[in-house]
Amino acid sequence: MKNWITLVVLAVLLAVLPFVSSNYVLRLATTVCMYAVMAQSWNFIGGLAGYPSFATAAFFGFGAYTSAILQNHGAPVMLAWGCAGLAAMAFAAFIGGAILHLRGHYFAIASLIVAEMLREIVNSMPDFTGGGKGLNLPILRISPTAEAQFFFYAMLGLAIVCTAVAIVVHHNKLGFGLRCIQQNEDASNILGVNAYAYKTAAFALSAVFVGVAGAIYASWVKYIEPPDVFDVLIAIKPMVMVLLGGLGTIFGPALGALILLAFEEVVWRNFLTIHAAALGFIIVLLVLFLPNGVASLWREWLARKEPAR
Amino acid sequence: MIYFQIAANGLVLGGLYACIAVGFSLVWGVLNVINILHGSFIVLGSYVAYFAYVHLGIHPFISIVIAGAVLYALGYVLQAGIINRVVMAPVLITLTLTFGLDLILNNAMLVAFTADYQAVNLAHPLGTFHVGPVYLPGDRVAAMVLALLLTVLLYRLLRDSRIGRAIIAVRMDREAAALMGVDVRRINAVTFAIGAFMAGAAGALLSIIFPISPLNGPLFLGKAFVVCVLGGLGSVPGAMLGGLVLGVIESFSSYWFGPERAVTLSFALLLLLLFVRPSGLLGRRGYE
Repeated sequence: MKNWITLVVLAVLLAVLPFVSSNYVLRLATTVCMYAVMAQSWNFIGGLAGYPSFATAAFFGFGAYTSAILQNHGAPVMLAWGCAGLAAMAFAAFIGGAILHLRGHYFAIASLIVAEMLREIVNSMPDFTGGGKGLNLPILRISPTAEAQFFFYAMLGLAIVCTAVAIVVHHNKLGFGLRCIQQNEDASNILGVNAYAYKTAAFALSAVFVGVAGAIYASWVKYIEPPDVFDVLIAIKPMVMVLLGGLGTIFGPALGALILLAFEEVVWRNFLTIHAAALGFIIVLLVLFLPNGVASLWREWLARKEPAR
Repeated sequence: MIYFQIAANGLVLGGLYACIAVGFSLVWGVLNVINILHGSFIVLGSYVAYFAYVHLGIHPFISIVIAGAVLYALGYVLQAGIINRVVMAPVLITLTLTFGLDLILNNAMLVAFTADYQAVNLAHPLGTFHVGPVYLPGDRVAAMVLALLLTVLLYRLLRDSRIGRAIIAVRMDREAAALMGVDVRRINAVTFAIGAFMAGAAGALLSIIFPISPLNGPLFLGKAFVVCVLGGLGSVPGAMLGGLVLGVIESFSSYWFGPERAVTLSFALLLLLLFVRPSGLLGRRGYE
């Protein structure tokens, strides 16, 4: 119940943002929402089931291209976004069937290669996907401010739906089963958890919202090309955000998204040439000193305060 | 007779792939760490050879030792100082850590050496010679022979030396090795450093063949992945076989489908192999 109240409060607070801030802040907030969706989605497979998936970039690009191609063939925006999500989910279920029997490093590599394969396929079909030249998307004929608000509300809505699904999953049978798989897959199989079906469900869940996010992103930036939407960093950043916020928690991914974006913005503004190294540096520090996320500092502080009382 | 030529090209390429992958495979097999840094290590080795050639006139084949030594030191420091702290942590942690380190190293190389492609133009190339109907570029063949020689040397090191036996012992059973008096942390560092040495040596050999740029790091890493899965994890003969097989496959697929499809094909092959035979072509866990 506490989670639902937190979600509603956050949603209301964020919904009034367009009335009190500039378009620049709105753009950042849209990106935070997008990052939160990606991190939250990765949390289903990576945080709950403990499978280190690098497929986020594949789903993101898949959604972006599905929506772009549909729109260029005359589909309305919203319908294209929805189809992108469903297509990404179907794709994940299909790919998941093939690679989810792998574990650990092997799964990580296989999922990493999915995006590379998609990138190569997109590159090799220029008539259909635009190939290396990329694709342009239809422009919305509204004012820049209205457009900024439109995309902010779209991403925010997606983030809210995604978090709501996360709350439901965390407390139902699926979430419980996934946590069992994370602790000991063989044991959970023996105890009657159909690990394969659960993992595939988690993988599909980790794809659907990312697919929509990719579609919204494509409409937002109006031009996509393979190196942009299949970038390996799209697969890495969700992990960093979840590690920042706390693995397997509900609001951790959103917190991680906010921290990462704030950090990125500072680095991009001040040290453009070393932004990759700066991200690398934060990853190294995070893994070495804060493997349970920033939120764990707070919990430790509470725990230390407790005996004093 | 074109097929003999294609097969020969593939084998020459494959010998170099074996050298690229063997260090990666060793680190993966012994430490259970996927070393994302490997591609950047190779590029760094190439730069060492490039600068040694341009400024000091040292032939890249001799720079193998220099590049290897530089990378050995770097690898030892990285493992002993940073990676050892989390070497027993789950996959996600070690993978993310080496990825972060790779972002730093690659960015540092981009700043220091720029993204422009450099090339080693040998003053006295060996020229080409032919065996029957097959034409062979001398420098490439020499590089491939040296690459295979290094791989064999690594194999002998693992089999015959005291440190090699200790590495294999850690690979088989970390706890048991520790109980038998093996200093596991030091062996971890030495193993990682040997992996980096092989990457540096491979980089020096590749410097006479491929253009040098930090942007090539992920490409080499991808090759190492494919070879490793083809040949089976942590096994030196497996990496050799995997490298040669990949080289021949790429060579033939670029002839039949065009060079731009070769990468797609090798990745498709990798996915297929992961699906049917995750333990590699040799089909067993390799203990040297």
